[in-house]
Amino acid sequence: MSEQSHGGPDHTGAVEHAGVEESGKYAIDNPGLPPHRPRLADEDPKAAKRAERQAAFLFGLSIVGTLLFFVGYFVVGQIGPDTTFATIRLQNMLLGLGTAFAMLGIGVGIVHWAKTLMPDHETTELRHEVRTEADRQVAVGMIEDIIDETQVKRRPLLRNTLIGAGVLAVLPAIAIFRDLDDTDNRSEFAAENFGPERLRHTMWATDVRLVRDPTGTPIKASDVTIGSAFHVIPEGLNELDPHEMLNQKAKAVVLLMRLNPEDMQVSPEREDWNVDGIVAYSKVCTHVGCPVALYEQHTHHLLCPCHQSTFDLTQECKVIFGPAGHALPQLPIRVNEEGFLVARSDFHEPVGPAYWERG
Amino acid sequence: MSTSTTTEYQASTPTGKIANFMDTRAGLSPMVKEFGRKIFPDHWSFMFGEVALYTFVILLMSGTFLTLFFDPSMAHTTYEGSYKPLYGVEMSVAYASALDISFDIRGGLFMRQVHHWAALLFVAAMSVHMLRVFFTGAFRRPRELNWVVGCTLLILGLAAGFTGYSLPDEMLSGNGLRIIDGVVKAIPLIGTYISFFLFGGEFPGDDIIGRLYILHVLVVPALILLMIVIHLFMVVVHKHTQYPGPGRTENNVVGYPVGPVYAAKAGGFFFIVFGVVALLGGFFTINAIWNYGPYDPSPVQAGTQPDWYIGFVDGALRLMPGTLGDFSFKWDIPFPWGTNTLALGVLLPALVPAGILFAVMFGWPWIERWITKDNREHHILDRPRNAPTRTGVGVAGIIWYCVMWAAASSDLIATHFSVSLNDVTYWLRALFVFGPFIGFIITKRVCLALQRKDREIVLHGREAGVIEMTPEGEFRERHERLDDYRLYKLVSFENKKPIPAQPGRDGKIKASEKQRAKFNRWFYEERVAPVTREELAEAKTHDHSDVPSAVEGQDGQSSIGH
Ligand code: HEM
Ligand code: FES
Repeated sequence: MSEQSHGGPDHTGAVEHAGVEESGKYAIDNPGLPPHRPRLADEDPKAAKRAERQAAFLFGLSIVGTLLFFVGYFVVGQIGPDTTFATIRLQNMLLGLGTAFAMLGIGVGIVHWAKTLMPDHETTELRHEVRTEADRQVAVGMIEDIIDETQVKRRPLLRNTLIGAGVLAVLPAIAIFRDLDDTDNRSEFAAENFGPERLRHTMWATDVRLVRDPTGTPIKASDVTIGSAFHVIPEGLNELDPHEMLNQKAKAVVLLMRLNPEDMQVSPEREDWNVDGIVAYSKVCTHVGCPVALYEQHTHHLLCPCHQSTFDLTQECKVIFGPAGHALPQLPIRVNEEGFLVARSDFHEPVGPAYWERG
Repeated sequence: MSTSTTTEYQASTPTGKIANFMDTRAGLSPMVKEFGRKIFPDHWSFMFGEVALYTFVILLMSGTFLTLFFDPSMAHTTYEGSYKPLYGVEMSVAYASALDISFDIRGGLFMRQVHHWAALLFVAAMSVHMLRVFFTGAFRRPRELNWVVGCTLLILGLAAGFTGYSLPDEMLSGNGLRIIDGVVKAIPLIGTYISFFLFGGEFPGDDIIGRLYILHVLVVPALILLMIVIHLFMVVVHKHTQYPGPGRTENNVVGYPVGPVYAAKAGGFFFIVFGVVALLGGFFTINAIWNYGPYDPSPVQAGTQPDWYIGFVDGALRLMPGTLGDFSFKWDIPFPWGTNTLALGVLLPALVPAGILFAVMFGWPWIERWITKDNREHHILDRPRNAPTRTGVGVAGIIWYCVMWAAASSDLIATHFSVSLNDVTYWLRALFVFGPFIGFIITKRVCLALQRKDREIVLHGREAGVIEMTPEGEFRERHERLDDYRLYKLVSFENKKPIPAQPGRDGKIKASEKQRAKFNRWFYEERVAPVTREELAEAKTHDHSDVPSAVEGQDGQSSIGH
């Protein structure tokens, strides 16, 4: 295909086209548009009248739909404390049905009108090139002149200082977002409150009692029977200001279970972390943080509902299946003088998903 | 010439008067002249883009209604609205206002559901539209940039959906945010800080809803609108592509004029889409936020699903094994200043599959151009079967996506078919690796078979469904020749042969060029050539003995369909 072979008023040939018609290119030459076949309504005034009535009927249906909407809105009426769920559902249905009829009536009506009555002759229009060669030359010339008139090429000092100033001027636009995290500005302990260090600490500390979530009742070791599981929070959590409460809870939630001590493998440094087989583990999945709280008693597995990470309680909550990359942190616990379960200390590692500074 | 003697045109009809008024002030005549009868090709597969546009309009309308009542505050409140089961429950103002929209504002529930259904359809329509463009090769020159704009729109659509999903601040959206938090934290070096900046401190904090809100109702929709304007502008500049067929060439557009037929059909279609969304919103509950309760980091919920378009990322997260035996994908890397952690088990599945999908998507016009060395303008679409390798690649991509998507429901699959969850995961992992290859091979075979069938039809006609007895007493099915109009569609595609590696200017073949030639061979080596003139003539001479009545060029013959 020669570059210029198909030049014409619309095609200068400056851009190559695929498969431009050349006789003999394909097995048969392009036969042109098929003859137009008239529709019923084109020839028979009765059919045309019928199509008109059908479209009008659909528009009428749309009017009925709009009225139905009003019935739903005003007749079913105001909703409030005494409205039943069924009424709300009914109203919602009537609004939906009304709107649907109102819209479909208009839509189907117009399309029917277009298909039956408006001319259906396929027509042809020529494509124009996105650009012509002449335009390109003028445009490029212009741009070159513009650049030339600024003299930027001849005066590198101007160019370089401007680039430097421009790059620097962007930095404040980034720096100004620094206080998106303004926790350090708001608290007395500025330094501790910025950065990843805070992810290492939870509300758990020596002698903080384990209490039930959400009631806050403390738990006696004797309450925890084999096979049972308790959702646990640190005592005092519920008394926090609501926001602080959620932030702390997101890190501090714990699952408490009792196993038969013979079933458990306990590493030497964790020997005194359990109370006769009562163990406490962080409930925050080490994958990406959902609450891990499906406890399968028979297998001693903990399952996270989000992506099915499975942790084995008998092996200190090691990952045995799924995407989590490390074991659930264990909370060291003991019994205090009154027989309540308390923490020995905070967790010994950060809870939840891994992050760069975790180590 | 004195102005006093100039008689200005006086319109006589009302339409003329309005038109003249507008024209002399805004100069509309040239626009009407340009667009009034502009030709648009018509095909059912061109409607998906329209659906996307119309659902976006519906989103703008229903979303604006919601903003009048929704309060994106994370301040603490006690719910005292009409929904009794939650009466007196402590929650955020955002959640309470979303509940009020549902139970105390007439039509509010309807608008919420319309908004959510429209969002699901919006992303679905964009995706299907994009597949149509891919499989027909509409992304080729001169439309590459518009393809890129389209890919950007898809990503913006996902962003809009995700930010919206999080707004009601109930259990599900909180949990979704928590997952995002975990994924963000896995990013090396800056991840932890990004998370703090996002949430204004530690998760969940009290800033995130307000921040997502402004993204959701202003920034993202504005960007989408901007992209849509650019997208449609380019469609007008390029003019629409068309399928191959009689009368259609690379130099023309065949179709219906905007006024009146195309405008009527397209305008009517908007109302139809709206009607369908209204039906969905009226009859099918979506995101029943009142069932979930306020966000609390502690309770469990199994079997909950993210919106469908986020599913593939969630599924990828599920497919990744976190540990292999004693090896963990959580790497603790000792540095002189201390140990840092690389959470590959999260990072890889969150970034790599989506990264590959989007990179290949954005880059495909250039990838294909490099491989095929085809830099010509294309206005006639490929029938997918006539580009078997591209079609195969597309199907491979779809399968990969669908495996990840299915993985997001692995627990539901397991309970539904009563199989072990672990087995489902193992199978899906295998499919994740092998599925795309199998899909590619099968699709390519199917395309080639369809091409062969086309050849068969061109050469021997199509089966007419009539059994006839030959003079010799033999029974055979009568074959009818296609008329030229139908024939043309089946023969008018190029026979693309592999282009061997070409030497550069220095006469040497570069390594990259060798690689290109290899891909090129893979693209075109196996192909079914279109029927040639000679073959057709040859077949026709057979006809006289073979086919009792050649009905070529005759009207009223059974249609061959698309
Ligand atoms: C551009 C595409 C958009 C998508 C994909 C989208 C998606 C969503 C989704 C999935 C929700 C959750 C709805 C629920 O079930 O409660 C939502 C909520 C919301 N959207 Fe959009 N949206 C879009 C555009 C808009 C626009 C343009 C506005 C406003 C001008 C808007 C305003 C809202 C508001 C106020 C809510 C919260 C109300 C509630 O949850 O009840 N959205 N959006
Ligand atoms: S968050 Fe637990 S498996 Fe993903």
